[in-house]
Amino acid sequence: MSVMVVRKKVTRKWEKLPGRNTFCCDGRVMMARQKGIFYLTLFLILGTCTLFFAFECRYLAVQQSPAIPVFAAMLFLFSMATLLRASFSDPGVIPRALPDEAAFIEMEIEATNGAVPQGQRPPPRIKNSQINNQIVKLKYCYTCKIFRPPRASHCSICDNCVERFDHHCPWVGNCVGKRNYRYFYLFILSLSLLTIYVFAFNIVYVALKSLKIGFLETLKETPGTVLEVLICFFTLWSVVGLTGFHTFLVALNQTTNEDIKGSWTGKNRVQNPYSHGNIVKNCCEVLCGPLPPSVLDRRGILPLEESGSRPPSTQETSSSLLPQSPAPTEHLNSNEMPDDSSTPEEMPPPEPPEPPQEAAEAEK
Amino acid sequence: KASGVLSGRGHKTWPGPQSLSSGVHQVHNLQELRRSASLATKVFIQRDYSDGTICQFQTKFPPELDSRIERQLFEETVKTLNGFYAEAEKIGGSSYLEGCLACATAYFIFLCMETHYEKVLKKISRYIQEQNEKIFAPRGLLLTDPVERGMRVIEISIYEDRCSSGSSSSGSSSGSGSSSGGGGGAGAR
Repeated sequence: MSVMVVRKKVTRKWEKLPGRNTFCCDGRVMMARQKGIFYLTLFLILGTCTLFFAFECRYLAVQQSPAIPVFAAMLFLFSMATLLRASFSDPGVIPRALPDEAAFIEMEIEATNGAVPQGQRPPPRIKNSQINNQIVKLKYCYTCKIFRPPRASHCSICDNCVERFDHHCPWVGNCVGKRNYRYFYLFILSLSLLTIYVFAFNIVYVALKSLKIGFLETLKETPGTVLEVLICFFTLWSVVGLTGFHTFLVALNQTTNEDIKGSWTGKNRVQNPYSHGNIVKNCCEVLCGPLPPSVLDRRGILPLEESGSRPPSTQETSSSLLPQSPAPTEHLNSNEMPDDSSTPEEMPPPEPPEPPQEAAEAEK
Repeated sequence: KASGVLSGRGHKTWPGPQSLSSGVHQVHNLQELRRSASLATKVFIQRDYSDGTICQFQTKFPPELDSRIERQLFEETVKTLNGFYAEAEKIGGSSYLEGCLACATAYFIFLCMETHYEKVLKKISRYIQEQNEKIFAPRGLLLTDPVERGMRVIEISIYEDRCSSGSSSSGSSSGSGSSSGGGGGAGAR
């Protein structure tokens, strides 16, 4: 049974998803709301590489080897591909609980904690779970109305719970979580290599040309070189350092979020139960492990409410598809109870320069 | 012999799967199950995190299902599902190969190829549909694929039927929705 082509527009699920994301290409692309810094990232990479290919490569390809622009092109394409993958894919957002499920969990919580008298603040909702013989606490998310899986965290910028939440990266314009961490890591790795490559060959170019026509003449002939060297210099310090930090995290199978909160460090804390104990195994799992598909079903068609409309021909969906929770005005700023411990649960917003190094990077 | 009648356990009769022929009719039948019966309650089987973040569901038998389904059938279903998810998330030679190949093509290969995980999810949804027809729908239960609930829970809907007689139910399985509603209303005691 096929769906007739109807003149009126179908509503896809992404249009009604809660959370503060932007969707493009009819739900195929998913990003955070603030994309300004992402456009800056794109501009800097594209601009620097265009200058490099236009000026230095023409000289170096002829004088040294045509392999130079070829490698640069490969690095450039790889880093652009991984950047776009990291920016546009679903980081592993956990959909919010539907009303039935939320009510069921509420009942369970009340059964465990007992009913709270009116006027008193209920205790923070925590469920203890044993993972690999270590006790891990699962916290209840008031916005999404679920007990967060271990390693998941609620991103206050995107207003979503994200699995294996690493951090929210403004340079990439998206959260970095379970589904796009490898793209993010490969992006910063390939960008580091690209930056080093461009920087090195700019130096070579200036050196070679200066031997022939002098240093100042070289700079006058290709003023873009100065710009490229400056951009690469600042990028090197930030991105290469970041790559080193994330290599350390990958080797230990930790997330930035856990590292900043010190979840696994300290004497009386549990050891990381997710690490295999072996660096190679950890790297393989994080970077080459199986990639779960998105559970958001952004492009699924919402059944239309009007009687004259056809039901979707895709597989049968349950009666209520989306959480009919009210607009997230409640608990917007604190997803934990107000009397929770002082350490913030979510990543602080990117503007303050302290702990989230990724957000505070001085750009190239 | 009414299709789907269970012997002497006090179970209601439900339109059985024998009258179904193809996928479309199966979907119709489950839709009519919902129309001819009213949803009594839902049970949510939570995730089991004892082995880490891999997708596993608790095999603990919920008390609400006590009168509806045998314990082993339920546990077997959940264990099979857990086995499927373990297969999807298995870290081994083939998953590394897939990961490395994808990386080497700058992940462009994902634009045309389906990942191993997606293939297993399709298997899972076929299995759940099969289980619903063979085991759960005859008992007035309906499993929802966890993928539709963000892999958080297995939602089991428990239905109370409005029509008590088997003949009106089996009549509804081939008839249209409106007649089953009418038959159900008339047949209710």
